[in-house]
Amino acid sequence: MFSRDNWREIFQTIQKNKLRTFLSGFTVALGILIFVVLFGFGNGLINTFQLFFEDDAQNIITFFPGQTTKPYKGYKSGRQIEFDRSDLADIEKNFPMFLEYVTPRIGRTYLTKFKNESNNYSTRGVAPSHQFAEKTIIMKGRYLDKLDILKKTKTAVIGRLVERDLFGQKDAIGNYIDVGGSVFKIVGVYQDDGGDDEERRIYVPYTTLQLIEKNNDKVDQIIVAFKPELGYSGAMALEKSLSTFFKEKKYINPNDQNGIFIRNVAEGLKQTQQLARVLQLIVSFVAFGTIIAGIIGISNIMVFVVKERTKELGIRKALGATPKSVIGTILLESIFITTISGVLGMLIGIAILSSLDKTLEDFFITDPFIDLSVAIFATVVLIIFGGVAGYIPAKRAARIKPIVALRDE
Amino acid sequence: MIQIKDLHKSYKMGKNSLHVLKGINFNVEEGELVAIMGSSGSGKSTLLNILGMLDELDEGTYTLDGVAIKNLNETKAAQYRNKFLGFIFQSFNLINYKSAAENVALPLYYQKVARKERQEKALKYLTQVGLKEWANHLPSELSGGQKQRVAIARAMAAEPKVLLADEPTGALDSTTSYEVMDLIQKINDQGNTILIVTHEPDIADMCKRIVHLKDGVIIEDKKIEQVRASKYV
Ligand SMILES: Nc1ncnc2c1ncn2[C@@H]1O[C@H](COP(=O)(O)OP(=O)(O)OP(=O)(O)O)[C@@H](O)[C@H]1O
Ligand SMILES: [Mg+2]
Repeated sequence: MFSRDNWREIFQTIQKNKLRTFLSGFTVALGILIFVVLFGFGNGLINTFQLFFEDDAQNIITFFPGQTTKPYKGYKSGRQIEFDRSDLADIEKNFPMFLEYVTPRIGRTYLTKFKNESNNYSTRGVAPSHQFAEKTIIMKGRYLDKLDILKKTKTAVIGRLVERDLFGQKDAIGNYIDVGGSVFKIVGVYQDDGGDDEERRIYVPYTTLQLIEKNNDKVDQIIVAFKPELGYSGAMALEKSLSTFFKEKKYINPNDQNGIFIRNVAEGLKQTQQLARVLQLIVSFVAFGTIIAGIIGISNIMVFVVKERTKELGIRKALGATPKSVIGTILLESIFITTISGVLGMLIGIAILSSLDKTLEDFFITDPFIDLSVAIFATVVLIIFGGVAGYIPAKRAARIKPIVALRDE
Repeated sequence: MIQIKDLHKSYKMGKNSLHVLKGINFNVEEGELVAIMGSSGSGKSTLLNILGMLDELDEGTYTLDGVAIKNLNETKAAQYRNKFLGFIFQSFNLINYKSAAENVALPLYYQKVARKERQEKALKYLTQVGLKEWANHLPSELSGGQKQRVAIARAMAAEPKVLLADEPTGALDSTTSYEVMDLIQKINDQGNTILIVTHEPDIADMCKRIVHLKDGVIIEDKKIEQVRASKYV
C-alpha cells in the first residue's frame, strides 16, 4: 500500500490538482496556525500575570494598623492602633521558625532637593531586608545595612529615576541631598521591575526617620516574610497566628475586622493564578474550537474532493482499481497534505510567537509561547481526524458503481 | 469466450421496475467482432455493462472465459475487470490530468506491473494506434479521434480477453469513425474478441456478426461479410 509507485501516483494527483491541494492544505495550516498562536497568547497572558507578582517577593504578609470598631477589655472603640519597634522584636522572638525576615516600613513624602533640582518623592524608612521584600535591584553603590540602622545614619538609596530627575546624566553616589530638611548621603541607586513609580522612591534607615521625627519608635507597617516552604496553607495559618498575636497584644477585640489590616501576597497570588488558569482554559477552549473548525473544514473539502473526483474514480474502477486502492489513494493524499501543511502551519505559528516576544506587552501578552508537545499533539489530532474525515467520503466513493460514476451528465 | 443464458435485468425506479433485458441467450467465441444494434433504450448499454461487470444481472448465468461471473464482491470484480476486460467509451473517459502515456499505463498500474515495464508497454500500444508522438500530451491537447485511439490503446494495454466498446464512434465524424474502426479491425485481426455497441449500420457492417436487440430480447443474430474500414481511410 505504501510502495513507491503509490506515492508517485499520489504526488502526481497532488501536483496536477493544485487548487484542491491548496484549499485543503490552507485550511489545515490555518487551523493549526491559529491554534498555536491563540494557545501561545494564553501562555503570554499567564506570563504577564506572573510578572505582576514577581516584581515583589511572594512570601510576604503585610500588617497595617487600623482603628478599632469594637470596645474590648475596657478600651473604647475608635482607638487608633500603632505599631512600634517592640512589635518587630516580638514577632522575631515568637515566630522564628516560620520567618525569613521582618522589616518595618515608614512611608512619607518629602520634598527632596539637590542644588537647583527639587521634587516630591515617596520616602520610605525601612530595614535592610526590605530589599528582598520589594526585590529592589542595586545598580550601583549599596543598599542600607545593619550598621545604618544601628547608628541611625543619614544615608539614602535612591531610585534610578530619582537620580535621573535630580542629577541628570551625572553620578549621584556620594552626593548629599536634602530630604525634607535633613541632609542624606546617597550610598546606592536601584532599579525595580515594578514600573516608574517604584523607581521614584528613596529608601532610608527607619531608625533615622524615627530620630528625625522627634525620636519616636513608631512604624507604619510591618512586613513579614515567611519561609516559602510553608506553602499556601502554612502562610494562611501563620497569618492567622500573627493576627491573633497582634490583637492580643494591642487589646483588640478578636472579632474586630478593623483594628489591623492584613495583606497576604500568597492569597492574592493564588487568586491570580486561578484567574490565569481560567483565562488559559478559555483560550484553550477557543483554540480547541479552531481545531474542530479545521477538522470540519477538511471534512468538507474531502467531500468536495471526492465529489469532484467521482468520474475519475469511476474510470479507475473500470480499469481495475479495487475499493481498497481507491480508499488508499484518497486517504493517503489527504493525510499527506494534512501532515505537510499541519507541520508547516505549526512551524509558522511557533515562528510568529517567538518573533512577538514582548511586542504585545501592552495587551498583557508577554513572551507568548507554546510547548512543542502541545503543538505537535494538536497537529497530530488534526491529521488523524483529517484522515477519519477523509475516510468516510473515500469509502462512499469506493462503493459507487463505476457505471454510476461514469454516466454522462 | 462468453456464454450468456436467460439473462434478465430490470431497473427499479421508486415503486416501478423497468424490465430492460428479458431473457438474453447469447454466446461469443474467441476472436469474434460483434456489433450490438438496436434502437435507443433497447438495452444495448445495459447488456454491455453486465458483460463488463460494471453492472450486475438479476437472473440467468454469465460465464466469461470459463469463469462463472456471480456474486462477486467489489474487489474480485475489480480484479476480473482488470484481467479480462478492456473498455472503450463513447466519451473516451480519459483522466484529464494524465498524459496519453500515463492514461494507457493506468490499467497496468492496477495490475501491479513495474513502472518501467508500464512505460514501455504504454508506448508500444500508443505506437500501435499511431500516437507515439503524442505520448506526453494531455487529453485536452488531442482531437476526438486521437482521444479515442488513446482509449483503445489503454483498453488493450492490460491485454484483456475481451474488448467492450459502447458507441466508440458515437462522438466522432465519419472519417474519424472509419479510422477508429480500422484500428479495431486490426486489433481483431490479431485474434482479440471485441463487442461493439452501435446504432450506425455502416459501423456494424464493419464487424463480423450483428446482434439486434429490441425491447430487451435478441430479434436477430447473423454473421456478415466484413466491410474493411481501410477502404475508406
Ligand atoms: N441506472 C439506470 N436506472 C434506471 N433505468 C436505467 C438505468 N440505465 C438504463 N436505464 C433504462 O434502461 C433502458 C435501457 O437503457 P440502455 O442504456 O441499455 O439503452 P441503450 O440501448 O444503450 O440506448 P442508447 O442507444 O440510447 O444508448 C432505458 O429505458 C433506460 O432509461
Ligand atoms: Mg447506450
